[in-house]
Amino acid sequence: MIKMRGWKKPGSMEIVFILLGALMLLFIFAPPLKTVFSSSPGTLWNTLLEEDVYSSVLLTIFAALTATLIGLLLGVPLAYLLARHQFRGKRFVEAIIDVPIVIPHSAAGVALLFVFGSNFLFGKILNGIGIGFFRSFTGVVIAMMFVSVPFLIDAAKEGFKAVDVRLEKVARTLGASAWKSFFRISLPLAWRSIFSGSVLMWARGLSEFGAIIIIAYSASFLGWNTKVLPVLVANRFDFGLDSAGPVAAIAILISLIAFIVLRSIAYRGEKT
Amino acid sequence: MIAIKNLKVNLGDFLLQNINLDIEPGEYFIVLGPTGAGKTVLLEAIAGLYPVLEGEVWIGDREITDLSPEKREIGIVYQDQALFPHLSVEKNIAFGLKMRKCPKNEAKAKIDAIVEVMGISHLLKRSPATLSGGERQKVALARALVTEPKVLLLDEPLSALDPETRERMQRELREIHSRVELSVIHVTHDFEEAIALGHRVAVLNDGYIAQIGTPEEFLRRPSSEFVARFALTRNILSGRVMGIEDGCTLIDIGGAKLRATTEAKGEVRLSLRPEDILISKEPLQSTARNCLMGVVSDIADRGSVIYITVTLPPDFVCIITRQAFDELKLKKGVEVWITFKASAIHVF
Repeated sequence: MIKMRGWKKPGSMEIVFILLGALMLLFIFAPPLKTVFSSSPGTLWNTLLEEDVYSSVLLTIFAALTATLIGLLLGVPLAYLLARHQFRGKRFVEAIIDVPIVIPHSAAGVALLFVFGSNFLFGKILNGIGIGFFRSFTGVVIAMMFVSVPFLIDAAKEGFKAVDVRLEKVARTLGASAWKSFFRISLPLAWRSIFSGSVLMWARGLSEFGAIIIIAYSASFLGWNTKVLPVLVANRFDFGLDSAGPVAAIAILISLIAFIVLRSIAYRGEKT
Repeated sequence: MIAIKNLKVNLGDFLLQNINLDIEPGEYFIVLGPTGAGKTVLLEAIAGLYPVLEGEVWIGDREITDLSPEKREIGIVYQDQALFPHLSVEKNIAFGLKMRKCPKNEAKAKIDAIVEVMGISHLLKRSPATLSGGERQKVALARALVTEPKVLLLDEPLSALDPETRERMQRELREIHSRVELSVIHVTHDFEEAIALGHRVAVLNDGYIAQIGTPEEFLRRPSSEFVARFALTRNILSGRVMGIEDGCTLIDIGGAKLRATTEAKGEVRLSLRPEDILISKEPLQSTARNCLMGVVSDIADRGSVIYITVTLPPDFVCIITRQAFDELKLKKGVEVWITFKASAIHVF
């Protein structure tokens, strides 16, 4: 009898776990797959050519990208500080960062209106420099950023933690200033985590509905008065599943394609 | 060359304090201490990487206590080498020169020279991840030395290496040091490494320096029981001075009487190194003033050498070669004689 080398017959536990795992994967993957294949490619293309759909796609992608870029600018320094320093109240700061994850997003939308509304501090500042918030691109960006930036900060923090602090110390003794040590050593070594966090943040921003529907049910963007994709899907659903299905499929496809491309870039970075 | 004056550093659980060191130009100085004694923090405080509470650090006639690390001209090599994993060996070595804006031609000449000295020219294009422990250590040394620091700090640089590589690197460190002639502060917990490399040694314990001296002084005149134990002096005994006899001080160690050359009186603690004791089946005719009979109570085989415990009482630990062990045919319970000089006994 020929025995296969390296093959080990799975035990009863492994078989049960494989079955349960497969069920879980089916649960995760079946709905988006079914949605995408419910519409023909022709229907999807024609839907994409509708003005309110392509303007919505552009608004959603650019707003999520802008939110991510601002998140990188403000979040990465904070992540570095949290990874490198011990200070009183650090746990409190870390808890604050994760607050947007735990509060209902429609409530987050209302909360943002409180501070960015025209009668409040940040709102007055934005108004002062001629930037509107309510029902604007800015409002969409801020809502996306609020709910998704914890993913970026947490990933960047873990990335910096994984960089041996002695590498930075050696760099300092070799003549690098703190800035140079950060940009030449810490950042290049943590970039994959930061990039993964950015992808997560961007994807999370892309799918935001609750906060945006409060702040910017529709927003002015490049001359259009349009909605972000999740709001557009909900709006179309008022006219039935046939109307919402193709838009939902486009939203899923865009998210998935971008997610796969960006994750593969991060994975390539991991291998090199 | 490098002077550390009354340095005080907060280590969280305890303070590193009253640290005073004067290290000569070209001196290979060892800081020896157990894990957690604050050795690494001391190095980092000297390099400006760890805040000091009080005290001063001087290089020559320049005080550097408040200078940032990049302005101190101090190189550091850590135990795990801390090579930049995203840069090639060449870029690792060139990093310091680049940071110091060294012209390209000059940088290339310096890199060529240091890799020649270290014998690592063939590794330049490699990634640090592909190097062996010894190669990594050489690259880390080259990276630190190429910037021509005034002082080189080595943080347990040989601890992560296998015994054979460690021994080879010890020899190479000695050679490199003799060629580059800069002051080195090397911290380690390994006493034998300290003796092999150091011109002078400082023992750090619980945040203070217990003793500074040459390796010989450490071996012969440990300042305290802690230092004696750290210096692998196996025989640390209590006794009482009985008086003077035949020009020697007679010390009662509870059963046996030892002859020592000390002026101490009353209750004393004393140490005797295992390698200073001769072991024989018959009493030895020699000038050594102590010749005592006991019974072999334990034999600990360490490969090339063997530790023999002889109980008088008290217990004396002796060290002999394998050849001597075979010749003497020692076994537990065998009666033997131990012989040692009066001057071999050190009273704290």
